[in-house]
Amino acid sequence: MSDTQWPVWEVFIQASPGISHKHAGSVHAPDAEMALQNARDVYSRRSEGMNIWVVPANAITASSPEDQGSFFEPSNDKPYRHPTFYKIPEGVKYL
Amino acid sequence: MDEQKQIDAFEAKIAAGVKIEPKDWMPEAYRKQLVRMMSQHAHSEIVGMLPEGNWITRAPNLRRKAILLAKVQDEGGHGLYLYSAAETLGVDRTELLEQLHTGKAKYSSIFNYPTLTWADIGAIGWLVDGAAIMNQTALARGSYGPYSRAMVRICKEESFHNRQGYEIMMQLAQGTPEQKAMAQDALDRWWWPAVMMLGPSDDQSPNSEQLMRWKVKMESNDAIRERFIDRTVPQAEFIGLKVPDKDMKFDEKTGHYTHGKINWDEFFDVIKGNGPCNAKRLKDRVDADKKGKWVREAAVAYATKRAKEKEVA
Repeated sequence: MSDTQWPVWEVFIQASPGISHKHAGSVHAPDAEMALQNARDVYSRRSEGMNIWVVPANAITASSPEDQGSFFEPSNDKPYRHPTFYKIPEGVKYL
Repeated sequence: MDEQKQIDAFEAKIAAGVKIEPKDWMPEAYRKQLVRMMSQHAHSEIVGMLPEGNWITRAPNLRRKAILLAKVQDEGGHGLYLYSAAETLGVDRTELLEQLHTGKAKYSSIFNYPTLTWADIGAIGWLVDGAAIMNQTALARGSYGPYSRAMVRICKEESFHNRQGYEIMMQLAQGTPEQKAMAQDALDRWWWPAVMMLGPSDDQSPNSEQLMRWKVKMESNDAIRERFIDRTVPQAEFIGLKVPDKDMKFDEKTGHYTHGKINWDEFFDVIKGNGPCNAKRLKDRVDADKKGKWVREAAVAYATKRAKEKEVA
């Protein structure tokens, strides 16, 4: 661990109760507890959140942009997953 | 895919307004230019803490002191967002700081001017942050996702910086004759450096057509400068101060102000390292880094100890 090049932690903030955490940015820190404190200092100086997650950046596995097409293909040909696929006669209510 | 096809796909994406993300394919020139811009920008944020930090212990009252502390803390945060954004392109923060500390990397010319009086803190917030906001709102529309998102965040926070600076100037301008003179003196000294910090004029800095097409640069320096001047001159007039440019006048036909000749020799001289405070800023930055070393070492020692304790338990 070099002097300032500590591990990177991705920061996710929950802005208000009941909504999902959203990516805010990243911080460097030697451990999780300090990552949490750094994240608070850097990303919530103006009441941006009520809960913070910090996740080691190297623990995140991401899909690759080059494979975007084939990776998401399985859902593209299934319009029947959307409610608008179905024709319901006018006059039928609550559907 | 061959290189030309990749470039075409990359440019089509940008033309369609899609942001480029870290793992996307990008031309080497794009990556290089962005690392250069983001790191210079990050350096400017943290060097910018120094001239203002100079007045924290001498702020005129507790309200002003709390505000200035919060502003300087914000600048540190902005530096961090930008170093993080640069790191998404595969450089290390340590490496970037090393370039700053050895004088290899540049930062904004404006921070090489001294803060002689309290009014300078007003002038910096009003003029320097004002000019930076003009530049940064343009950059927020840029094509690189992490840079653009950092800019959006920074612009939101800068608007307080801008207003608190104007408020300081306004209060001084409405004060005793001595206080008003102090405000005018700060405006006199900071006006031209602020006008210049937006970069060389377009004929001296031909904006690469490629950087514009790649949305790395969004607007020409002169266009951003014109907007800054158009917005700032009436703000000065409103509080009874006068920008130190005898040739400044409003052109009814264009709806813009025309300004006098800019002393570009001074600008390039400051960039080269011959400004009033270049050496001091660099020394203070290196000293701050050295003085903070024990804190970083303690943090690592603590983390290591805690990890060991966990192992035992």
